[in-house]
Amino acid sequence: MGLLSKKDAKLITDPLADNNPITIQVLGICSALAITAQLKASIVMAVSVMFVLGIGNVVISLIRNIIPSKIRIIVQLTVVAALVIIVDQVLKAFAYELSKTLSVFVGLIITNCIIMGRFEAFALGNGPWKSFLDGIGNALGYGVILVIVGFFRELLGSGTLLGFKVLGDPIEKTGLYALGYENNGFMLLSPMALIVVGIIIWVQRSRNKDLIED
Amino acid sequence: MSNKTDSNVYTVLFAIGMVVVVGALLAFTAASLKGTIGKNVELEKKQNILYAMGVNENDESSAVFVDKSEAPELFSKYITKQLVMQGGEVSEDDNAYLIDIKKAKEAAEGDASKRQLPIFVGEKDGKTFYIAPVYGKGLWDAIWGYVSMDENMVVQGAYFDHKGETPGLGANIKERFFMDDFIGEHLLDSSGNFKGIDVAKGNADPKNENKTDNEVDAIAGATITGNGVAAMLKSDLQLYKPFFDNLKNN
Repeated sequence: MGLLSKKDAKLITDPLADNNPITIQVLGICSALAITAQLKASIVMAVSVMFVLGIGNVVISLIRNIIPSKIRIIVQLTVVAALVIIVDQVLKAFAYELSKTLSVFVGLIITNCIIMGRFEAFALGNGPWKSFLDGIGNALGYGVILVIVGFFRELLGSGTLLGFKVLGDPIEKTGLYALGYENNGFMLLSPMALIVVGIIIWVQRSRNKDLIED
Repeated sequence: MSNKTDSNVYTVLFAIGMVVVVGALLAFTAASLKGTIGKNVELEKKQNILYAMGVNENDESSAVFVDKSEAPELFSKYITKQLVMQGGEVSEDDNAYLIDIKKAKEAAEGDASKRQLPIFVGEKDGKTFYIAPVYGKGLWDAIWGYVSMDENMVVQGAYFDHKGETPGLGANIKERFFMDDFIGEHLLDSSGNFKGIDVAKGNADPKNENKTDNEVDAIAGATITGNGVAAMLKSDLQLYKPFFDNLKNN
């Protein structure tokens, strides 16, 4: 047996594709729309969510037997909020520039339905290790979509990737711009993120017919 | 769930315990990171001030600061004097850049003569720059910035920032196309009275070639943020007029 049993590995791999939180469960869309104009912001958001969801799932799983069921949701919310504030403070201390670009979006993690959804659906009924894997898996699935959307939006919208000018210089008219290419400013607006997510869902479902609901 | 965790007493006790634990954890994090965060804010101020006087790493289109690690060294190299003006009195203070202008504004309670007004004197390529911080409000939240001027109150450079303006609209006040428009703009009118700079819609001077009209071009869809910038420049920079009058008379 390897590092992970088959069942455990499925907890990581399932949310990457066939049970992806964004494209299949349609959760956490808001942040996918808000922050994906730049690839860098997408990656940081994905990592932050991975931290919050991984640790949060473990915490909830550890205290699942002592949480009073009446205030279950409030307890979950408190755990998320506390972890998010910690992420925000750490970013401010060690990645100040980034924390300024993310600003309101770090707070958005609190309202990310994926997190409350995983707490409620998985961590409350499973052990810490399994919950951790489930958290990481779902955050990865979320992150993959964020990175894909961020990649296309930054590339087509600004002609850069992670800030590097990959298509040439729009002012000096070098590279693709010399051939008459123009940046598509529409890609930088939120509606295009929704369209890109829609295209991903379309591609995914046309490749795997099992995902199509009647 | 067992009966134990369902009772009201248990629920209340659990809630209290949770608040104490989470509160302590957050307090510990905030206290231990406070120093590092404070340093970042200080460094950023230095970068902003340097940016306004033209010490930066700007490329063609984006606004880029000097590197964080070089900021303190460059700051002490280019900023020759830090002054604080209060009620007409000007004194030297090497920590003027630490003055929180929002707090200084509040502490003065509307009486401009009580307000601490920091001024940074910079020297670059034989030219003297006077850099003043400004603070105001945009559409959603605070906006602030640094404006560098020569002794005639002609803008030599500007940096603006914001807390929560709309991305793509009001947030563009920190883009170069907007900030660069201020360079060369006069703050005084032709007879030497303070006039400020309007962020004007339907400007008859879209390329901003006329630098003595006290107007720059507005950003489409960001009227309130633009007006906020104009109001901020007017209210804060006119307080520095006596300083510049003094400068000329001496």
